Amino acid sequence: MTIMKGRALRATATAAMLAVFGAPVMAEELFYVSGAVGNAVENFKALVKPWEEATGNTVTLVPMPASTTDQFGQYRLWLAAGATDIDLYQTDVIWAPQLADHFVDLTEAAKDLIPQHFPSIIESQTVNGKLVALPIFTDAPALYYRTDLLEKHGKTPPKTWAELAETAKFIQDAERAEGAKDLWGFVWQGNAYEGLTCNALEWIKSYGGGQIVEPDGTISVNNENAVAALEMAKSWVGTISPDGVLAYQEEEARGVWQTGNAVFMRNWPYAYGLGNGDDSAVKGKFAVTTLPVGKEGDSSAATLGGWNVAVSKYSTKQEAAISLALYLAGPEAQKQRAIAESNLPTIIALYDDPDIAAAQPIIPQWKDVFLNAVPRPSAPTLGKYNEVSAKFWSAVHNTLSGKGSAAENLELLEVELTDIKGSGW
Amino acid sequence: MATNTGGLSLTQQRQRAAFWFIAPMLAALFFVAAWPLIRTIWFSLTNTALSDLYGGEWIGFDNYLSLRILESGRWIWRGTLVDPAWWNAVWNTVRFAFVSVFFETVLGLIVALVLNAEFKGRGIVRAAILIPWAIPTIVSAKMWAWMLNDQFGIINDIMLNLGLIDQKIAWTASTETAMYAVLMVDIWKTTPFMALLILAGLQMVPRDIYEAAKLDGVNPVKVFFRITLPLIRPALAVAIIFRMLDALRIFDLVYVLTPNSAATKTMSVISRENMIDFDKFAYGAAQSTLLFAIIAVFVSLYIWLGKVDFSGEGQR
Repeated sequence: MTIMKGRALRATATAAMLAVFGAPVMAEELFYVSGAVGNAVENFKALVKPWEEATGNTVTLVPMPASTTDQFGQYRLWLAAGATDIDLYQTDVIWAPQLADHFVDLTEAAKDLIPQHFPSIIESQTVNGKLVALPIFTDAPALYYRTDLLEKHGKTPPKTWAELAETAKFIQDAERAEGAKDLWGFVWQGNAYEGLTCNALEWIKSYGGGQIVEPDGTISVNNENAVAALEMAKSWVGTISPDGVLAYQEEEARGVWQTGNAVFMRNWPYAYGLGNGDDSAVKGKFAVTTLPVGKEGDSSAATLGGWNVAVSKYSTKQEAAISLALYLAGPEAQKQRAIAESNLPTIIALYDDPDIAAAQPIIPQWKDVFLNAVPRPSAPTLGKYNEVSAKFWSAVHNTLSGKGSAAENLELLEVELTDIKGSGW
Repeated sequence: MATNTGGLSLTQQRQRAAFWFIAPMLAALFFVAAWPLIRTIWFSLTNTALSDLYGGEWIGFDNYLSLRILESGRWIWRGTLVDPAWWNAVWNTVRFAFVSVFFETVLGLIVALVLNAEFKGRGIVRAAILIPWAIPTIVSAKMWAWMLNDQFGIINDIMLNLGLIDQKIAWTASTETAMYAVLMVDIWKTTPFMALLILAGLQMVPRDIYEAAKLDGVNPVKVFFRITLPLIRPALAVAIIFRMLDALRIFDLVYVLTPNSAATKTMSVISRENMIDFDKFAYGAAQSTLLFAIIAVFVSLYIWLGKVDFSGEGQR
C-alpha cells in the first residue's frame, strides 16, 4: 500500500488526481460489469489506468453479452439477490426507474460534476430526486453511407426513407451486376430485442406517427402514419436488406457493413471509430448523416441512447466505487472514451475539444442530433417499460416477418398496451 | 416366531436401518427439489415481486385466471390461462418435444445398433460420438448460431455451393425456419445421449438369442423387430422419458439461438421473461407451476400407456 502511495505521489499529474479523489486508504479490488460492444473491453484497461494509479485500487471488467435485454435480465437477478460481487453497473439510459432502489444516490458525491453535464441527461437518471447513475456517454444513431459507392453511381445521401430505398436498390443492383454478389443496400437492427424498439421508434416518429406512448401516458401507436412507417420497413426486408436482418443486432449489422457488404447502415456512433480502424474494409470510404425522414418537411428522429455508471447499494467497497464512478463520468475518462471508442460525451465542454474533433470528427457534428433525440417511453411507463417495449418490438417483428399486416399488429398492440396500462402506468 | 431384539422383528429392524440410510438423501431431495417447488407454487398464488421476495400478499388464483367486470359491463378474463402468449409457448414446447424426441430416438437407435456391432476402433468411435453431448449447450448454441448466420455462416455457404439453395437463408431470423434451426441443433446435440442409453440396453440382450435366430435363418429385419426391439423396450422407454422431461423444459438452446422469437419461445423462456424482464415474478411463477403440471401429466400418461417397469424386476 505504501509502495502504491509512493509511486502515485512521484507523478505530479497523478498527485493532482489524488487531491480530487482522495488518498487511498486501502487498495480495493472493484468489479465493474458492462456489455461488451465493439472495442469497449480492450479499451477499458487503458481507460481506468490513470484512476488505478492515482488511487492504488484495481478494477476488473466483467463483460456481458452485447444485447441490452440480456444484460438487464442478469443485472435484475443479481440486484434482487443483493449480490455483493459487483460494485458498479454500466446501465442503459432506460433502466433508471426500474432499478433505482438498488443503487446508491450520487447527488451529493457528484455535486461538482453535475453542472458540467447536459441537464436533460442528468434528469433522465434522476428518479424521485435521487441521482441513480452518472452518465458516461450518450448515444444517438446515424445513417452511415459509403461515399465511394454513392459517388461512383452519382447519388447523394438520401433525405427521405423513399430516397434511401431507391438509392440502395439502384446501387445494390448495379454492383451485383458487376460481381459484388454479397452487397446489400441497407442493414439495421431487426432482431426482436430492445434495439428493434429503437429502430422502429425512429421510423414511426420520422413519419409523424408519435412515440408509442406519449409523455403524458397516452398510447398513440395505432395510427395511419405508424402503419405506413412499418409497411415501408417491411418492404426493405428481402429487397434492400437481407432476410437475416430480422436476427441482426448492432454487431451483426456492423459485421456486414465493415466487411464492405452494405451501402447504408443504421448504427450508433461507436461504429464510426471501428469503421475507420486498420482492419476495416470501409476505412476512409464512408461518412455519416442524420437518419432520413418520412416525407420532406418532417424532422429526422434519432432514438436517445446512452450509458451510465451506477454504484450498487450492496457493494462493500462503496467509497472506492463512487470514486471510480466519478472518474468515469468525469472529463478525462469521457475524452479518452470519445477518442478511442467514438462515444459521444455527456460533458458539454468536450464538444469544443480540438483533440476530439481531430480524432473523431463525427462527435462535434453530433451534438445537435442527440440534443433533439427522441426518448423511448421509459419515463411515462415507469416499471412497465420493458413489457411495453417487448410488446412493441414483437408487433414490429411480426409485421416485418410477414405475420399479419402492420395495421392488424398495431391494432392488437394497442389492445395489449391498454391491458398492461390498466388503470394507469 | 423370529428372534426378538428389543421388541422389533427382523423386518422392522431392517426397515428402520434402511430409513436412516435413506434419510440424508431424502433431506437433500426435500431441500433441492421439494422446497423450491412448494415455494414456486406458493409464489404463484401471491403478488410477489422480484425486488421484494418476502413481501408478497395472497391473491388466490388471480395469476392463473381472474375475471374483471369493466364499468361498461364488459367481462374481461385475465391471467395465464387466457394469455395467448402462454398457449403459443405451450404449443411450441410440445411440438419441439415430440419432434426432437422422435428424431433423437430413431437416430439414437441407429447409432446404437451400429456401435453394438463388433468392429475395430469401436471404443474410439463410441467416445467420439459423445462429443456433441459433452459440449455445454451454451457453447454449442453459440457455435451453431455462427454456422447458421445468414451472411457468414458455413451452412449457407455449403448449401449454396452445392446448389441446394439459390439464396442465403436466414435460419434463426425467419419465423418459418427458426424452429427447424432449434430442432436441428437439439437433435445434433442429444442423439448421442439417446444412443448411449439405448446401447446400454442393447448390451443386456443375451447373445445366444441372436445365435439361435441365426441358426433358424430368421432374416435380420425380423430379428430386429421380434427380438431386439421387445428386449430393449424398457431401456428405450426410460430413455424416452428422460428426453421428454428434458425437452419439455428446454430453455438454454432457445434462449441463446432465438431468444425473443415468438416462433420458438418455450414455456421456460416465457416464464423467465415474465419473472425477470417484466417484473411479474408471481405471474412467471404461475407459468412455472403450470409447466410442472404439464410435465407431470405427460410423464404419468406415458408411464400408464407404456406400463413402464421401473422396478428392474423383469418385463411385465
